[in-house]
Amino acid sequence: MMSSEAIILAASNFALVVLGVSFILTVFRVVRGPTLPDRVLALDMLVGIAIGFIAVIAIKTSYTLYIDIAISLGLVGFLTTVAFARFILARGVVGEKPKEDRPVLRPEKEKAAKAKARAKTQTGKGARA
Amino acid sequence: MSVVFALFTALLIVGGSLFALVAAIGINRLPDLYTRMHAASKAGTVGSGLLLVAVGFHAGDIATLSRALAGFFFFILTAPVSAHLLAKAAHQVGYPLSRVSVLDDLKKSGE
Repeated sequence: MMSSEAIILAASNFALVVLGVSFILTVFRVVRGPTLPDRVLALDMLVGIAIGFIAVIAIKTSYTLYIDIAISLGLVGFLTTVAFARFILARGVVGEKPKEDRPVLRPEKEKAAKAKARAKTQTGKGARA
Repeated sequence: MSVVFALFTALLIVGGSLFALVAAIGINRLPDLYTRMHAASKAGTVGSGLLLVAVGFHAGDIATLSRALAGFFFFILTAPVSAHLLAKAAHQVGYPLSRVSVLDDLKKSGE
């Protein structure tokens, strides 16, 4: 049977690795994100992951003053997102052509093709009749 | 008893970090801004909130636990507000929805 300290240590090490992976994935969206609101959203998400990091470090070091730092970081992140939303509202779509960076999902495409084929056969029948 | 308590805290830690990972995957996989917002503001908030609650339970005194719960409550309160503001600003300015989305109620009502 593992001792309680070993359980906490293993869980916090696992959490650090998983949070690092999610941090990298979110940074990838910040770099790639086709429009400004995508980047703002990903930065908001980065603040959330940083709060998670601070919480795990607080557990590992058992230094609970980190909670206050996490709360103030959350406040700063909220204000940043609100300010960026106001800025997007004031700026408009400038200099970027917003387009989806992913194609239409394949089931949707198949459904559209099927509907088109059905319509064609129906009109063909109508012409014959 | 302390082992059970440690297992509960470890469950909170692992669950919170996995919620953060799900949010990060969603922010990369979903097709447009308005769907990415679901991943970022729901799963991301729950992830960091669970980790904060885990800090409160691990410390084991009522002052730390109440501060952690206050932080969790604060995040739950502010995340939908910021996500709604960002989505409303982006929609009003004219960032388009993904092609797979089927309904745009704000557009129909004439903004």
